[in-house]
Amino acid sequence: MAQLSIEDLDRIQNEVIGKQDLAGRGKKARITVHMGTCGIASGAKEVWDRLFELLKEKGAVGNGFEVGHTGCVGFCGQEPIITVELAGQQPVRYRQVNPERLGEIFEKHVLGGQIPEEFVLNEEEDPFFKKQEFVVLRNRGRINPESIDDYIRHDGYRALVKALFQMQPAEIVDEVAQSGIRGRGGAGFPTGMKWKFCMQAPGEIKYVLCNADEGDPGAYMDRSVLESDPHSVLEGIVIAARAIGASQGYIYCRAEYPVALDTLGKAIKQAREYGLLGDDILGSGFSFDLGIYQGAGAFVCGEETALMASVEGRRGTPRPRPPFPASQGLWKKPTILNNVETFSNVPNIIRNGADWYHAIGYENSRGTKVFALTGAVKNVGLVEVPMGTLLRDIVFEIGGGIPNKRKFKAIQLGGPSGGCLPEDRLETPTDYEALTQAGAIMGSGGMIVMDETTCMVDMARFFMDFCQDESCGKCIPCREGTKQLLRILTRITKGEGKPEDIDHLEELSAIIKDSALCGLGQTAPNPVLTTLRYFRHEYEVHIHNKECPAHACVALVKFEVDQQKCTMCGQCFRACPAEAVAWEKKKPAQINKTKCVQCMSCIQACRFDAIY
Amino acid sequence: MGVRQTMVSDELLKEFSQEQIEQVDAIIERYQGKPGSLIPVLAEVQGVLGYLPHEIQHRIAEGLNLPQSQVFGVVTFYSFFTMVPRGRHLIKVCLGTACYVRGNKDLVESLSRNLSCEVGGTSEDRRFSLESVRCLGCCGIAPVITVDEQVYREVRLKAVPSILEQYE
Repeated sequence: MAQLSIEDLDRIQNEVIGKQDLAGRGKKARITVHMGTCGIASGAKEVWDRLFELLKEKGAVGNGFEVGHTGCVGFCGQEPIITVELAGQQPVRYRQVNPERLGEIFEKHVLGGQIPEEFVLNEEEDPFFKKQEFVVLRNRGRINPESIDDYIRHDGYRALVKALFQMQPAEIVDEVAQSGIRGRGGAGFPTGMKWKFCMQAPGEIKYVLCNADEGDPGAYMDRSVLESDPHSVLEGIVIAARAIGASQGYIYCRAEYPVALDTLGKAIKQAREYGLLGDDILGSGFSFDLGIYQGAGAFVCGEETALMASVEGRRGTPRPRPPFPASQGLWKKPTILNNVETFSNVPNIIRNGADWYHAIGYENSRGTKVFALTGAVKNVGLVEVPMGTLLRDIVFEIGGGIPNKRKFKAIQLGGPSGGCLPEDRLETPTDYEALTQAGAIMGSGGMIVMDETTCMVDMARFFMDFCQDESCGKCIPCREGTKQLLRILTRITKGEGKPEDIDHLEELSAIIKDSALCGLGQTAPNPVLTTLRYFRHEYEVHIHNKECPAHACVALVKFEVDQQKCTMCGQCFRACPAEAVAWEKKKPAQINKTKCVQCMSCIQACRFDAIY
Repeated sequence: MGVRQTMVSDELLKEFSQEQIEQVDAIIERYQGKPGSLIPVLAEVQGVLGYLPHEIQHRIAEGLNLPQSQVFGVVTFYSFFTMVPRGRHLIKVCLGTACYVRGNKDLVESLSRNLSCEVGGTSEDRRFSLESVRCLGCCGIAPVITVDEQVYREVRLKAVPSILEQYE
């Protein structure tokens, strides 16, 4: 396809708006199935297939019924989700749809015009959505990620037009700086400042890198944006390139995200076909192209200098700074590296203006932040809220509180670099500085809620195991330090803790934080330090009493049933894969220890804390 | 400029077909002269052969004009690359935080016992390879495992035998 002009963008936008007008085109209904990775894993493909079968069965093929798909809506716990829109009526969203339920919805609503209320996902009323504000996720559930036209319909690439034709590079940088946006990858460095340094760096050749490595376990905000709205990221990258004067960029995307890689590839191809990437973009004289670089399973490659080493074909080991990437980055050229979410914000900032963005937020944290809310919470999913929203509101209002009649114990933010905050810290706002003061970090957005079945010592050990595994090995504080921390923590979880262990953990943590080469090592002790700060008692019980209050450390679990607490529900019996639980109706359960394989299924199944 | 080493040793042919070796050579040729191409080459070659034994690493080093030690260093650094032959089906157990907290810690140990293979290894009958993965980004439906391309949600240990019996 020939290069686009700005008038073409108008034309495409109007065409798509026209296509979406069902009544105007004499169409009866459109049914949309939302299909991100989680939707597909939950059965969205089966729903999609069944939909086509139904249309055939009812003789509805080519009869005014349209079918489409988009990326995910963000409410993972309610997947699969579909939307039904009858001509001339408001679209209705349905949750937890399976082929059977689809049949009912099709009969009642699509054919019969009656909405089966019991399956409806009411986004106006549902507390999951009420406090959210969608900037990065503004296109969720309404565009087909494989259609660049859909993106254009919702003002896509308008910001790029403005940046290329109405603004000078320095003005773009200023606008981003004034918006107050800080890097969304976790470090929170002011984005405008980073771009300014790079813009001012001398050199003809510069690079833009997009960090789509998203290595924090528990974080998948970027995955959703890449799968569902890839062009928002591309547009942000091209605008950044224009600002700093780069002609080549790369998206470094982790290999664990095959759907995202595929979607990005298609998006880049389409953008090239439309002349929105490549030579002389939109006739502006500015040229920029973008490639995809696939990761290979190294968490440390989310660190900027390690990422660049990886792109250069080397082991992903970081290097000391200065010099900073803004002056010497990829192939020693000035480079900016920003996170997916940061880039996705940029078109909105340019289109709506810095003041608009700056008006959202709290203190020195402006704009919104997308969090991945998971763990022991009723409503799991992606949550986008204005900066400054209280943790309590996220967990209990948006998240709906703790399921299975359990109690809140801790919330973990920031992945392996972050911390666990207890109940009395729930009034903390989501603000970079407030979270750091509380001992956690904002991080990339992973937010994991924990109930009383989680052992905080085991969590510290889990994160340390992760850091040890992922340590690149270059510097001694990280390579050896995390190994020793892990050894101590493992001993404690096995009931082999010694009285001096807590002091050693604190001392070693302080040394590693001070002397490690990169962010991985410098923040690896954080989970240990916050759990010691807020859950010291748990460490002490493990060390002195050889007990795990959460019954999560296998070595300290006796695999016995507390006859007083047992309600004789039989859930442990059903969960056991080794037939080691003896149970009859109205009798307490008993565990046969010779058959028991210590898989913990019974403890996970028990709602009454009766197995210890 | 073609791949210098065109001879295929008997050792290599015991494991791989002539056609596979030709595919490998074609991949190397496509990337020759492009800086920073080692990782994409290794990824594509592993896609064809399933793993990266020493002989293949030597072939790639020759073809890309890199020291063998650099290739070996990269293969052993990144967890996606393996020098161990893979089974017919690859099971990945996610050990991200949400999956870990929701039961995968115990699931991966149990699976390892049941399949009699270590995490990172392959079962004796070469039916399954078992790996742990750090985060698939499906935390909303934790705990998650994948077998080949298929993602399974909210996996309980009891459900595992019925999942695995679908795979030859």
